[in-house]
Formats: sequence, structure tokens, C-alpha cells
Amino acid sequence: MAERNNITSAAAARAPLRSAAARLVSFDSTTPLSLAFVLLLATLVLLPMFWLVVTSFRDDAKHFTLEHYRQFFTDASFLKPLLTTLWTSAAVGLLCVIVAAPMSWLVARTDLPGKRLLRTLILASFVTPPFLGAFAWVLLGGPNAGLINQWYYALFGLKPFEAAPLLNIFSAGGMVFVMALYTFPYVFTFVANGLDLIPSELEEASAILGVPAWRTALDVTLPLVTPALLAGFLVAFLQSMTLFGTPAILALPAAIDTMTTKIWSLFQFPPRLGLAAAVSLPLLLISVVLLKAQSTIMGRRGYAIIGGKTSGTRLMRLRAWKVPALALFAVVLGCSIVLPYGVLLRTAFVKNWSGPMGLENLTFDNWRFVFFEFSQTRLALQNTFVLGLAAATAGTLLVIAVAYLSVRRVVRGHRYLSFLATAPVAIPGIVLAVGLFLSYTQPPLVLYGTLAIIFLAYVTKEIPVGYQQIGASLKAVHPELEDASRIFGASRARALVDITVPLIRNGVITTWILIFIGSIRELSATILLFTARTKTVSVTMFDLRESNDWGPIAVLAITMLVITFVLVLLINRFTDRSMA
Amino acid sequence: MNRCIVITVQVIAMMVAIAAAVRAQETTPTMVAAAAKEGKVVWYTSVDVKVAEAVAKAFRAEYPNIDVDVERSGSERVFQRINQEYQSGIHNVDVVNSSDASHFIYWKQQKWLASHTPPDVMRFPTQFKDPEGYFATWRATLSVMGYNTKLVDAKDAPTGYMDLLDPKWKGKLVKSHPGYSGTSLTGTYAIVKLLGWDYLEKLSKQGVLQLQSTTATPKSIASGERAVMVDGNEYNMFIEIDGKSPVKIIYPKEGTPFVTSPSAIFAEGPHPNAARVFENFLFTAKIQQLTVNEGGTRSLHPDVKDPPGRTPLSAIKLLGDDPTAMLPQIADIKKRYTTLFGS
Repeated sequence: MAERNNITSAAAARAPLRSAAARLVSFDSTTPLSLAFVLLLATLVLLPMFWLVVTSFRDDAKHFTLEHYRQFFTDASFLKPLLTTLWTSAAVGLLCVIVAAPMSWLVARTDLPGKRLLRTLILASFVTPPFLGAFAWVLLGGPNAGLINQWYYALFGLKPFEAAPLLNIFSAGGMVFVMALYTFPYVFTFVANGLDLIPSELEEASAILGVPAWRTALDVTLPLVTPALLAGFLVAFLQSMTLFGTPAILALPAAIDTMTTKIWSLFQFPPRLGLAAAVSLPLLLISVVLLKAQSTIMGRRGYAIIGGKTSGTRLMRLRAWKVPALALFAVVLGCSIVLPYGVLLRTAFVKNWSGPMGLENLTFDNWRFVFFEFSQTRLALQNTFVLGLAAATAGTLLVIAVAYLSVRRVVRGHRYLSFLATAPVAIPGIVLAVGLFLSYTQPPLVLYGTLAIIFLAYVTKEIPVGYQQIGASLKAVHPELEDASRIFGASRARALVDITVPLIRNGVITTWILIFIGSIRELSATILLFTARTKTVSVTMFDLRESNDWGPIAVLAITMLVITFVLVLLINRFTDRSMA
Repeated sequence: MNRCIVITVQVIAMMVAIAAAVRAQETTPTMVAAAAKEGKVVWYTSVDVKVAEAVAKAFRAEYPNIDVDVERSGSERVFQRINQEYQSGIHNVDVVNSSDASHFIYWKQQKWLASHTPPDVMRFPTQFKDPEGYFATWRATLSVMGYNTKLVDAKDAPTGYMDLLDPKWKGKLVKSHPGYSGTSLTGTYAIVKLLGWDYLEKLSKQGVLQLQSTTATPKSIASGERAVMVDGNEYNMFIEIDGKSPVKIIYPKEGTPFVTSPSAIFAEGPHPNAARVFENFLFTAKIQQLTVNEGGTRSLHPDVKDPPGRTPLSAIKLLGDDPTAMLPQIADIKKRYTTLFGS
């Protein structure tokens, strides 16, 4: 919402500049370079989508056919996963809203203690790769051996199998639960930002008139944040719909397929590409519709009264309600952070993960195995880092160029540029992978089997994140400094490199780290694109899961989490500095 | 009478020809030197990852200048990856081992394999090696049933496949997937042949926990996640028992699927000499004994002894595998199975 305001005010301020910019374009030596970037972006985003559509209408002899769609819409083995995906995603969205709305209200409007810590923990569940959470929850909530069930049996003197387990994570419900644990931060952020933007005068007026606090929250605050809640719901829906790891880990063992696991299974040899493409497109369509709905809701005026942030919102005193309020946070964060991280740490240091934590069960074997014996570790770590570095660097450079061209309106059709740079948000990772697979396993460019194809997937996936970040930074820098250097004869590229980039340095660094983090945890696209030589850490863990090697999985998970948190701390340092 | 003689002569001639073609290729110093120049060998295998790394470690100790890249996955996944790679013109694999023997027939038909007979294989029984030397059984295992002794009393334990349909096992079974595991596929084929699809359909209504690998199911009952295992590698059960896990093997009274797991060299692999050195090494009595001891597999090497405490093969009713007959049915088996149990 803040960004939207920026756009309108910036557009107004820049109206007279537009003609000046247009004049400059005509004899700018960097025009071919700009065009190259436009073409590059278009190829990245559009080529995979083009092949996806074409392949879905083709049979093996490359003739036109509707057979794939007919099969999709008539075969129960495709319709059932679609239904499962839709209802579980809706359930995740709902659960997230129910949990995250009160949480964000408590943080924004009350004197809840320890807000800083709570926000940090919510950030931690935000950056935890969802499939790691799913791994951890197998160890916690497996029907009989899972530690929580073991505690439950021990506590009530029950015997496994004789009594029903407390929870069975291998179920649609278990999957919804674990997905929600790592998706609620999206809704939390949406609603918290919404609350920050709503002037608290209305709520204060209601309080002065003697309305009890809970009624104020329900009758005044809730309607005002409804758009944020809806938008949060849709984003949560979208997130869960596109996950691959969590359903593969939690739902497949219970013979439940979702759309993503179904697409994946179509890639078993011999891959049924036409069908995979035809199954992918509805997923893409749903995703586009959802995002469109979300932006419409967020863009609606007159619903929320958006003014500047009022200073000194009066915080409600919780008094005795602090206990249940903190209990809510304890349960949610306990389930998403404390228990999963705890069980991964425990598993990494024991021989038998379900055994008691005695001295005879302690071992460093898992660490020794992963770092000194398992010959895939080195290759996977190396691939993961090479991909992360390359995608982050290339992605950041591309995004700087594209954001510059579009924010400064350097090329004609900059709107399309902005569209292209945002579009990948709507492409589920596994759908993008199907598209890339189709595009780059045939001449002229055969990239399958190389890191390049995975690199393309990562860059494409992360463009929107970077574009948003750099775009916002660029809008904050007035173009007059660039204009000055242009008047002194610098080319556009030179002005960008020498003047603008240093000014938005923190934004650039943050973008780089964000793309890096996004790349090293990627699973849903990688799973279709990797080969033995191009394995990443995430895929290696997935392979280990198929043979239940939990010790090594836990070691790799901890390694990945440590790297991620170090990087997040770095981001915090840079953004803090930019604020000061 | 004359015809008989002609045929006999022809058969003898053929056998001589085959014998001539299948001459063992010893590891020579020149081969080792060439292999060292290649630097490493890439090995795709479906054996348990720790056993695979133990074999790789032994190889590196014997040939310090040749490294081993281990790529472990389920047999069907190994098959899928290699075929996908070859279709895309990627030649990465040197030596392959999979528990689905029909893969080797397919690859041989595709002419992707190199004919190579390790010296030790000359002494293997004939039914466990390809007549033209394209592959031989590196290891064998049984697809056994099993149970957790803390959760099930010995007297209540099932004795065969039919027992599993008893309502008391509902929600307590764990099974691997033939779409992932070659052992599971071979076992499923044998069960279907013996008991029909009807049996699997009934089994699918027992609330079976569906895992992927036959190396995963023994770990599942060992951890107490499930009480009874429908199928799993005998060798993983040995590993669990040696590690003092509370599990016991059941050799089903209907018969236990015997699953051979061949090894072969890909003709166009990037490290042809290292591949030959490694293939020879895999079949030596030393490594065969190592996989039997550490990995709990069965070996067809005449010099290898089963460690004490393991039921000898002769005491188990076996269901032999028939890769040639199974090959054309694989897609159908996987599809029907997936309809019943999910992907």
C-alpha cells in the first residue's frame, strides 16, 4: 500500500521529466543495451510459458490434440489431486488468518511484553524452508514413533497401536497444519502492516465512548483490516498450493496426491510431457487469478482509511489477558520453531532418532558421515553455493537494469517491462520447471543436465523479489543527480553505475542476499531439473528421505538453517544502517 | 538321429562361441594406470547409502588415485535418471547397480552396456550372469516381511501375506513402493503372480503407510512408526538386528521373493578404464564378503560365507525373479499399484 502511494506521488512529480527522458533516449548509446535487457527478461519469462502452452496441445508426433486436457478433466487420478490441492490450500489460508490476525493485533495494538523477540521468531519461521519443517514434523508427529506421540503414550500409560496416536502427521490434516506453520508469517506481515497504516483515532474514539476493548477490536478494527486479511488469505492459499516438499513428505506416504506431486510423478520415466504441461497450466491459471484478486483487494480505495501513520498509537493494556495472549504465541511459535529445531538438533546427535536420549544413544556419526564419508555432500554443497552465488549476482544485476529502465521510464513500453518482472510471482516453481525443461531439452539450447538450467529457474523465480526491492530503492532516489552527470557527458550506464547504484547500495546488498537465500533452499523447481551431477543440498535431503536416513537429513538441515540465519542477520545489519 | 547330432553340434558351437566372447578381463597395471588418468568412476547404485560409501571407501583405499562418485537412489529412480540423461545426450554414469534386473535387459537392448566379465564372475552359477557378459548379479536380497518385537508378540506375528488382511493389522502396516524400488517391484510382481491383484486391492484397504524405498520400511518398524512391514530388504533387517533394534524377520509361508541386483558398465561412460577396474573390484571375494557382512546382502560368489545367525538360503522357500517376463508388464504394474496405493 505504501508502495502504491509512492507510485502515484512519484508519477505526479515526474510528469515533466518524462519528455526530457524521451528526448534523451533518442541519442543514447546505451539504448541497444537496454533493448538487450528487455529481450533477455522476455526470454526468461515467456519462453518457458510458450513451450508449456504448445506442448499441452501436442501429442508425441507433435500434432495438435486436446487429449491431454480431456484426460485431465475426466481422469479421477487428476481431479482428486486438484480437489485436494484446492481444499487443503483453502484450509491453510483460513488457519493462517485465524491464528495470525489476533497475533498481529496483539503486537500492533497492545502492551504485550517481548514483542521484539516474538517478531524475531516469526521472522525465523518465515525464513525456515517449509520442507525442513515437514521433515521435523515427521519426527515429532509420526503416528507411533513421533516424539510427541511417544510423550503422549508415556504420559497416559498407553501403548502404541492399542490406543490411537495423539496426532498423525501423515494425513491431509497434518499437511495443512505444517504448511500453516510456515505460511502464517505472510498473513501476519500483511495484517501488521495494515494495522500500522490505519489511524488509531477511530479505535480511540470508540474507546472514549466506553465501548469495551474487545468490541472495538471486532467492530472497528476488524472491518478496517479486512482487505489485508483477505489478501493474506489469498497469499497463504497461493503459497500452499505451490509447495512440493511438504505434500511429498507428509501426504504421499498416506497415498494422497496434490497437484505438485502429481506433476512430479508424471516426470517418472518415460516422462509424459504433454500431460505434465496440461496439468501445469490450470495451476498457473489459478495462481494468476488469485494474485489478480489479491492486488484488486489491496488496491481498493475507500475501504481502509489510509492516512499517514499516526504517532503514538495508544496501546491497550492487557493486564491478566497477557497470559492467554502469550500462550497463543507460545503454541504457534513452539510448533513452528522450538519443537522442530529441537528435534532436528536431537536427531543430528543420536543413533536412533526415536530412542531415548541416553548416553549410549549419543553419537557424532551423522556429522562424520555427512561431512567425511557421504560423497554427495561436497558436490551438493558446491552446486548449491555456485548456484546461489551465480543466481544472486546475475539476478541482482538484471534486476538493477530492469528496475532502472522501468522506474526511470527509459524505454518505451516500460509498463510491459514492469509486468514481466513481476509476472514470475504467479508461476509456481514446479510449473516453471516444467516450462524450462521443455524449453531447454531441445535444440537450439540444450541445457538440461547442466547447472545452467537450474540457474535460469532460480533467477526467473527471484526476479520479482529483487525487482520490488530495487524498484522501491530507486524510487527513493531523485533522478536529478543522474541528470547532472548526464549533462556532464556521462552515458546512462555510467550514471547508473557511478551515481545511482552507490546511493541504493543497501537495497542492492539486501536483494543479493534475498536471492541467495531463496536459491539455496529451492526444491520445487530443482526436483524436476537436477541430474546426478547437478544435485543440490535440498534435493540430496529429499533423496535421503526416501530411504529414511534421518540422522544425515538433520545434519544437512541444521547446516542449511545456520547459513540462512547468518545471512538474515547480515540483511538486518544493512537495513538497520539504511534507517539510521 | 542326424538332426539330433546337428543340433547338438550347433549347441556346442554356440556355447564355445559364447565362452569365447565371455572371457574374463583381469585388472592389469595398464588398466589401472589409464584409470588413474581418468581420475574417478561414477557409480549409480540402489544399495543402502552407508553400504555404498563403505564399498567406495574400500576402493579408494586400494586405488588411491581413483575416486568414486556415489549416486544412491531407488532402483526405479536410478533407471529414470539414466534414461532421462541418455535421452538428453548426457553420459555421466560409468557403473550401475539396480535391484530391478529387468533394467539391464532394457539397457542391453538399447545397446548402452559394455560387455565385460570380471574374473570372479567366471565362477558364478550361470543363471546369475548374462551369457554375453553384459551384466552379472552383484548382490541379491530377499524381500522379506518383518515386525517390531516390542509392538507385536512373537505368537501373534503374521506368518505370511494372507495374514496381513486380518483386521487387527489395520493401520499398523508399512510398505515400500514399486514405482520407486526395484526390490518392491520384483516382489510385487511375484505376489501378483502368486495371489493376484485381488490380494493387493484388499491390502490397500488396510491403511498401509506407503513409503518409497525397501531400505526405508525396516527403519520404519525399527523406530516403531509401524508394527509390521509388508516388504523390505532382508539386508536392512540384518543391519537393524545387528544394531540391536527390536525387529524380527518373517519369511512368508507363501514364499519370499528373491531379488537379484546386477551390476553393469555403460559403454559410453566418461571413465571406461576406471569403470572396469571398479567392476572387477565389486565382484572380488573381499568386497562380496564386505557387502554380505556390513550390508547383509546375499552373494553368489562361491568363496563367500554367510555370517552366523542368518537363515541359509536353502532353508527358505524362495520365489525366483523373472526379469524377462516382468519387463513388458512393468508400466502396468506401477499404474495399477498407484491407483490402489497412491504415487
